Amino acid sequence: MSPRVEVTSAAADMLRHLAEQHGPLMFHQSGGCCDGSSPMCYPVGMFRTGGSDVLLQTLEIDGLAPIEFYMSASQFEYWKYTHLTVDLVDGRGSGFSVEAPEGKRFMIRSRLLTDGELEEYGVEARA
Amino acid sequence: MTVYANPGTDGAVFTYKPRYDHFIGGEYVAPVKGQYFENPTPVTGQNFTEIARGTAEDIDRAVDAGWKAFDAWGKTSVAERAVILNKIADRMEENLELLAVAETWENGKPVRETLNADIPLAIDHFRYFAGAIRAQEGGISELNNDTVAYHFHEPLGVVGQIIPWNFPILMAVWKLAPALAAGNCIVLKPAEQTPASIHVWMDLIKDLLPAGVLNIVNGFGIEAGAPLASHPRIRKIAFTGETTTGRLIMQYASENLIPVTLELGGKSPNVFFADVADEKDSFYDSALEGFTFFALNQGEVCTCPSRALVDASIYDGFVGDALERVKLVKQGNPLDTDTMIGAQASNDQLEKILSYMDIGKQEGAKLLIGGERSDLGGELSGGYYVQPTVFEGTNSMRIFQEEIFGPVLALTKFNGYDEAIEIANDTLYGLGAGVWSRSGTQLYRAGRAIQAGRVWSNTYHQYPAHAAFGGYKQSGIGRENHRMMLDHYQQTKNLLVSYANKAQGFF
Repeated sequence: MSPRVEVTSAAADMLRHLAEQHGPLMFHQSGGCCDGSSPMCYPVGMFRTGGSDVLLQTLEIDGLAPIEFYMSASQFEYWKYTHLTVDLVDGRGSGFSVEAPEGKRFMIRSRLLTDGELEEYGVEARA
Repeated sequence: MTVYANPGTDGAVFTYKPRYDHFIGGEYVAPVKGQYFENPTPVTGQNFTEIARGTAEDIDRAVDAGWKAFDAWGKTSVAERAVILNKIADRMEENLELLAVAETWENGKPVRETLNADIPLAIDHFRYFAGAIRAQEGGISELNNDTVAYHFHEPLGVVGQIIPWNFPILMAVWKLAPALAAGNCIVLKPAEQTPASIHVWMDLIKDLLPAGVLNIVNGFGIEAGAPLASHPRIRKIAFTGETTTGRLIMQYASENLIPVTLELGGKSPNVFFADVADEKDSFYDSALEGFTFFALNQGEVCTCPSRALVDASIYDGFVGDALERVKLVKQGNPLDTDTMIGAQASNDQLEKILSYMDIGKQEGAKLLIGGERSDLGGELSGGYYVQPTVFEGTNSMRIFQEEIFGPVLALTKFNGYDEAIEIANDTLYGLGAGVWSRSGTQLYRAGRAIQAGRVWSNTYHQYPAHAAFGGYKQSGIGRENHRMMLDHYQQTKNLLVSYANKAQGFF
């Protein structure tokens, strides 16, 4: 299966750095105000996912335990047509995401899924 | 026209200190771990002060200070607390210009907004709750001739408040004023992007509050925010921000069984019905302003009217006129009183907005105006400026569904009332909305049909203290503003009293 979510090398380096401090990590994609629309990175166990969440991807990054990337199902309805890349930019972030003290922020870059990818995921193309 | 000098330069009305510590127990104290972080101004991108980097140890100390103060503060009379709130308001009024410049320098918003909206609204908020707490009454229910239920309001104790960066002082005051009025003590964590201006305010008014009643701990969410939200000795947590952190805060609150209030943003529809264009009069002019309000505060408002819905029968003419209005939005130095749109609050915010412009174009939205970062030249080149931007598209696009928190408007058309309401409500959120019509009936029906906590009707972006503010759906839980906000910071104590002086007869 083609990956729905990938990470840039800068983001992967930061994840390796953060895992040294915090242990295994996961992402939950936020929505709403302020820092909404940013991915939140937490130590595994800090944030409880549940039936309202969709696991988009298990990220395999060299040297790290698999990193699960979740989003709420309601939000995914609007995001399911896009491929996501977790990038890293300068910034303070907000929320409780673990990279903020590093002066960096994970950020999502998006591209539309191709027809082939949509078919692979069983997502009907938009009218 | 006035251009305020940059803080820290000749002629400045205000200069930040080089460093701000935590404010705990009535005094400034260094962070336990001794760490600080740099705070840049979005106006130029340059650092201007450093801020204590708080940790769980500092939060503990602040919660302790709060409880130490609570016994006495919780028992002060409402008259005493109201006097203090009014004095805070007076002190702020005397220092309006200083506070406005401080907030603009830290946040990047135009000084005409801080001078005329943020700070005056914050001042009025204290006065409103000074009045509201004195006018509040408990209840007496006479259950029968011998039995009476008395209902008293009591403060909760020490409460936690986490503040966003888009209105660093006003959003803090929205939470502080009702909590203080109700007799609570507070541990407040400002946003890490805007941690300093609240200390400028605190420094101005600190002699007015007893030590420990209000404690400010700065730092990052993971290091200071999470320990506050999960602290077993706070009695309530209030948060403004986004949905994932909102959920995390609810998870913490569930562990400690404490109440939460959450304000998590929105994607507010601004609906223009056909009769708006019946005449080119002052009402029409107000609707054009209403359309352009997406640019207020650089779009960094939870209720930013970021979806414009225009009736197809007036679409071309109205949108043409509205875009002319958008062209008049003057971007520039936030410290210039003529500037209408300033800088985004942080670099990551700027990057996020640009990424949404990219996905908007990919999804086939048509760019009508703007669409790029602005380079204002000179020292402002390092700041985080974005052009007011309008995309035309359809409501299923991501730029129509996600709060970009930038000056980016997603514009679409509708055919008639039913479709307008359908599109307006096709969103995960329900914080704000706008409706524009010359028909009172249509205005009323649309306002009631839109699932949002506030529907501005023939107006937008007014934030008086006396009107309830809060969200439907995923926009949050609870309300801010209005006397009803006191309920979120009070316990109800019921004394159920018998004056019968005789057994009930069961045993």
